[in-house]
Amino acid sequence: MIGQSIQRVEDPRFLRGQGRYVADIRLPGMLEAAIVRSLHPHAHIKAFSKDKAETAPGVVAVLTPADFARAGATEAARRAGVAFPLVADDTTHYLGEPVGVVVAESRYAAEDGCEMVEVDYDSLPAVAGIDAALAPDAPRVQAGSQSNLAVEKITAYGDVEAAFRTAEIQLEEEFYIARAAAHPLEPRGILAAPDMAGGGLTIWAATQTPHWLRRFLSLFLGIAERTIRVIAPDVGGAFGSKAGNYPEDFLIPFLALKLNRPIRWLEDRQEHFLATLQGREQKHRIKIAAKADGTLLAVDDAFWMDMGAYPAWPHLMENTARTMPGPYHLPNYRCVMRGVLTNKTPAGPYRGAGRPQGNFVMERMIDRLAAAGGLDPAQVRRRNLIRAEEMPYATPIGRVYDSGNYPETLDKAIELIGYERWRGEQARARSEGRYVGIGLAAYIEDTGGAGPYEGASARLETDGSVTVYSGAPSSGQSHETTFAQVVAKRLDMPVERVRIIATDTSHPSLGLGAFGSRSAGIATGAIWEACGKLAERLKEIAATLLEASAEDLELAGGAVRVKGTPAKTVPLERLGQLGNAVSLAPLPAGVLPGVEETAYMPSRPQYGNGTHACIVEVDAQTAEVRLKSYVVVHDCGTLINPVVVTGQVHGGILHGISTALFEELRYDEAGQLLNGSYMDYLLPTASDLPEMTVEHVEYPSPFTPTGAKGAGEGGTIPAVACVANAVEDALRPLGVRIRDLPVRPDRLWEEMNQRR
Amino acid sequence: MKPVRFDYYRPETPEEALALLARYGPDAKVLAGGQSLMPLINMRLARPRVLVDASGMSALSYIREQDGFIAAGAMARQAEIEETAWLRKKCPLLSEAVKFIAHPAIRNQGRIGGSIAHADPAAELPAVVKTLGATIKVRASRGEREVDAEDFFRSFLTTCLEPDELVTEIRFPLLGENTGWAFEEVARRHGDFAIVGVAALLGLEHGRISLARLTLAGVGEAPVRAKKAEQMLVGSAPGAEAFRAAAESVKASIDPSSDLHASEAYRRHLAGVLTARALGKALDRIQREA
Repeated sequence: MIGQSIQRVEDPRFLRGQGRYVADIRLPGMLEAAIVRSLHPHAHIKAFSKDKAETAPGVVAVLTPADFARAGATEAARRAGVAFPLVADDTTHYLGEPVGVVVAESRYAAEDGCEMVEVDYDSLPAVAGIDAALAPDAPRVQAGSQSNLAVEKITAYGDVEAAFRTAEIQLEEEFYIARAAAHPLEPRGILAAPDMAGGGLTIWAATQTPHWLRRFLSLFLGIAERTIRVIAPDVGGAFGSKAGNYPEDFLIPFLALKLNRPIRWLEDRQEHFLATLQGREQKHRIKIAAKADGTLLAVDDAFWMDMGAYPAWPHLMENTARTMPGPYHLPNYRCVMRGVLTNKTPAGPYRGAGRPQGNFVMERMIDRLAAAGGLDPAQVRRRNLIRAEEMPYATPIGRVYDSGNYPETLDKAIELIGYERWRGEQARARSEGRYVGIGLAAYIEDTGGAGPYEGASARLETDGSVTVYSGAPSSGQSHETTFAQVVAKRLDMPVERVRIIATDTSHPSLGLGAFGSRSAGIATGAIWEACGKLAERLKEIAATLLEASAEDLELAGGAVRVKGTPAKTVPLERLGQLGNAVSLAPLPAGVLPGVEETAYMPSRPQYGNGTHACIVEVDAQTAEVRLKSYVVVHDCGTLINPVVVTGQVHGGILHGISTALFEELRYDEAGQLLNGSYMDYLLPTASDLPEMTVEHVEYPSPFTPTGAKGAGEGGTIPAVACVANAVEDALRPLGVRIRDLPVRPDRLWEEMNQRR
Repeated sequence: MKPVRFDYYRPETPEEALALLARYGPDAKVLAGGQSLMPLINMRLARPRVLVDASGMSALSYIREQDGFIAAGAMARQAEIEETAWLRKKCPLLSEAVKFIAHPAIRNQGRIGGSIAHADPAAELPAVVKTLGATIKVRASRGEREVDAEDFFRSFLTTCLEPDELVTEIRFPLLGENTGWAFEEVARRHGDFAIVGVAALLGLEHGRISLARLTLAGVGEAPVRAKKAEQMLVGSAPGAEAFRAAAESVKASIDPSSDLHASEAYRRHLAGVLTARALGKALDRIQREA
């Protein structure tokens, strides 16, 4: 069952519009909330008048920063370790920061109420870029701080200086990757309903991490975790943006308890541009040292991450630093990470979560190295790749690359893209004044390392079907299908008889969520173990019925049988009825009821890996970049469902291409967002994409029970560099260098012009 | 993204619609497809007190040939223009340009009259209407008038329409013999409003250019006719040299501005490149027909 591209269980309801999202859930007496948001990137709130709003039709309550402070919410959030204030107290730090909440009978009335709230701002000087924030006389984002440099860390090994002293090739470059955001189809949303029996809450939230949210709510509200139930219904995409928590995740439950009414807040698309964590923005200064033959000697990188107004996710910088050495032997390495505060929306995870930037600068420099040394870029990569016989490979930074054949993915990608043929085509095109380029990027994707563990419970039902509960909800990754395939494999039963519920903190009682590409390896690991324990339990029961020893039994075809004796079987249905004691008849001697088992899988990173290759043509006159062909050779270990994985890779490539060519949140110097709608913020669509060929190679991970490695971000991580490499390769006759992303046609034309 | 409160009417005849417009004047806005207006209303950037939904006026959704014209009712869907096979012969520039408008779902809702009345200077249809020398029929309760496309577009999102007036029909003259056409565009993504778009019409007689019409989208406050370049072209021999000169003339005559998607210089450059390309393609088409 593992390895088959069965149809997605989720598809019928999604295709028929029968998915059930937070926006589809209405409770009796439910109120709707709208957030009053700061119109200023940095301002002092002089006065806040809610009188008019409070008397507006349909408005039930208007809450100001002072109200939240008086009610103890501000202090409670700080105590709970929330990384940002729930509402700005007397100063706003970014455009769109919550300053108040209006609760009303409808969202329409709530938005009308927001317009009637009068906030008197005293504008303060703001900083909206890394360089501006680090200027000595820059206004401080957080008043009273020494500087806007909030975090500084270093990762280093070997002797970088010594390597540079002897290196035949030394190169230095600066790169900048623009700010972008995840933009799932469904924005965020939360519905909180007070438990009428007293004290507790039921929450429906568009979240990747229901257990995590429950934990923080418990700390914030000061009530026990067991009194809070968090449900993630259907979630329409997340890409990291729905992991962790946000001010609204606390404001809405707090208000539901305070007003004793169910309250829902649905983020709209305009808010999403301001209120949801953004990502990607980094500036790098990288030096690379190599031998004349392209052998890497050292990388010395310093980068600055624009963290926005609050340092909510500083460890994303470590993802960048860890990804940079990639699939290569790199004897000396130093990476200085600096997190910089600006008056912008806080930065957080967006598919790749720091890794695409690390891969980008490294893969860009490998191409530069090839050009500087007169070497073929494929050959430089091949020379430095860690080889299959070195697996598992302990890296100098203390990670273990578990499995794979990195050179094989490179060779296959080169073959599939038609590398040699395109080099010929490139020469021909150049003689005609056309610019064709070939891009390559090799990568590793560290998956499944985040969080301590994942949990799962498996229960045999009275009809012989199996229900499995997991802490990793799907936001589009088909967990209901792929997890069921794992169960069917482990219990040797029909996949249609498996039901997956990964939506609710009630089951399993301990879990963490779906992020960091941890579901394929870690969540299924917990499921595998829970099913293994269940299988043992079923054999125990069956042993008494079959008058055989449990060791002589096996699960096969939806039954337990004596090994090699298909005639002596007990169907799962019978075991389900016995185990659940539904018949109320006396159980056979020695049989105890209960056919539900729980297990946990500790996190341990597995390394997806592969190579991307693409062909672009840059229009000589208009500087438009056209992607002509795209190839991926991809290893995520055992494929649970190949079509689902290919879909993940396709979507991932799209996000990578998007970072390379399209997406960019443009702020002016004062911190105002200039392109806060889809008119001006460019998300690519199907018509902007090339044909994509994805080939899988399977090197199972020794660290996961199924051999699967995560696959959520491998499409994105190298795609950014791959496209940028191809554009620079196309324009090599002109000597155009791609330093800043996204590649914008007007900027590119400017560059081409300067060199013609 | 919820609109402020408004009153909604869905008249079924132009007469009813015109009565509403006469009553509410500038407080009313006509909804003709809604692909631009609805986002503006939902973002509260537009706050009409009254919305007159024109989609009930099925009498205005025709596309037909009559009296030597192609007549399109204001409520003809862009998708229908795209899919009407005979239009590709009779009014091919229109058919070609419509494909550049957004995506199928939007073309299903978008109406020709809505796009023209909205008058986005980077939109395709206003440029086509001007290039083809269309006539726009406009009605109010107090009477009807015909406006030459040349006089219709005033500036950014502004036309000569009075608050009580409704576009009812757009009339395109039929193309003569030996006439080629082309629509060329550069946009950041397929379906976006043009960074620059060029609509071209080229006619030949006795080996010389007898007709040249060029309109640019995205380079000004309204679609811009390149009249100087047109005059240069008429009478000259068709070919790369004349087209290059026309392109230079276009570049010199326009006054584009910079925005998030393109600098002023890039827009000017594109105007030249696309002018030459459009003229080249138009010439190709004449030669292929011949």
